[in-house]
Amino acid sequence: MKRNLPLFFAFFCGLLVIVSEFIPHRPFSMMIDTLQEWFMIISGFAIILGQISLFQSNINKIKQKDSGWMFYLAGLLSFILMLLVGLFWGTQETGGLFGHGVSLQANLGMKPFDYLFEFAYMPLSSTMFSLLAFFIASAAYRAFIIRSFESNLLMLTAVIVILGRTSFGSMLTGWLPESVRFWHLPNLSDFIMEYPNSAAQRAIMISAALGIIGSSLRIILGIERSYLGSDK
Amino acid sequence: MSFELFSNLVGAFFTLCIFSFLYKDNPFYQMSEQLLVGISLGYGLVFTYERIFIPFVWQPIVFKHNFILIIPTILGALYLFRFSRKLGWLSRYPIAFSMMSVGMGVPLGIHASILVQMRQGMVPLETVNLFLIFIGTIAVLLYFFFSKAHSGTYGKFVNVGKWYMMIGFGASFGMTVMARISLLIGRIQFLVNDVLGLLK
Repeated sequence: MKRNLPLFFAFFCGLLVIVSEFIPHRPFSMMIDTLQEWFMIISGFAIILGQISLFQSNINKIKQKDSGWMFYLAGLLSFILMLLVGLFWGTQETGGLFGHGVSLQANLGMKPFDYLFEFAYMPLSSTMFSLLAFFIASAAYRAFIIRSFESNLLMLTAVIVILGRTSFGSMLTGWLPESVRFWHLPNLSDFIMEYPNSAAQRAIMISAALGIIGSSLRIILGIERSYLGSDK
Repeated sequence: MSFELFSNLVGAFFTLCIFSFLYKDNPFYQMSEQLLVGISLGYGLVFTYERIFIPFVWQPIVFKHNFILIIPTILGALYLFRFSRKLGWLSRYPIAFSMMSVGMGVPLGIHASILVQMRQGMVPLETVNLFLIFIGTIAVLLYFFFSKAHSGTYGKFVNVGKWYMMIGFGASFGMTVMARISLLIGRIQFLVNDVLGLLK
């Protein structure tokens, strides 16, 4: 009941999906449509579980007055604000519990949920990712430069691809005569992307797919059971 | 002060708070980090409610009387027993059901990642470039074949696969850096154009 039934459940669902791919007719096609709809509903609860878990962990840090507890409080308040605004006045396409919030829209220029998304979420998330531009470049320089032939090859390719995709790279080698246009950085970058990179990505994709199929079969057949957790 | 300027100043404040990390870790960065987590969570929950709960649970059950959907709803709710020590094992049922996505990976992997890729790789080798792709694909595949020792002529050929992979990783790395830099340019444009109004 605690272990074997979920294992049988995983075996049945996994096998049914595989069989339905090879026999795309009734009753399998009907069953798989139903299961996919069920899967959507169940994964919705998985998202809620993750959010409750993070909420709980933040509440605990605030209760215990951990270092930086006020930042966690700010995070929690922003979560509640976003949630309430979304539930009360809805998002761009749909209305909320209080309708579309026409008067608020007139003042803000958009719905409150979209306003927070545009002027709080967007600047925060895009700046957070752009911050990586600084660290990724310095980390790569320290990790790859003059270690081995392979690491230099990686670094050189990255530099060619980066320069080849900018106007600066085009300017650097723009003076080259027509007979050696291949060495013009944008052309060289295109060549790398189209040929050696395609070969490597294709082989990696095939290898990864073989690995995924192997792991999937192990899970479906019940050989791999770690996803169920321990009984302790 | 116009409302648009106020909104842009709020965005600029958050942008500068995150950039302040370039100097060192500080309270402004920590606050912005937690705000980002909180807002993302709220955004995700509202979208889960609107895109999953309303169209797949509420409307079919309440308006269309499709009561069979109560089963996956209860099954999904079993996830919440994860927090219980005694009944935590009940959360294994929705996890086991979610393993159907693992089953989907098998035919999808065979078709999209193996058969299609092999078909595209096995074309008449009419040009040097096509030959380069073919040799590279074989060499990289052999690099992942560990049943034979990578030594001698075979080892040298497999080493070519390693070079191909390094070129592939370098290209991916370059593209990632470019994506990050374009985001950075976007943020700087926002500060210079929208907030300071210097380049109009």
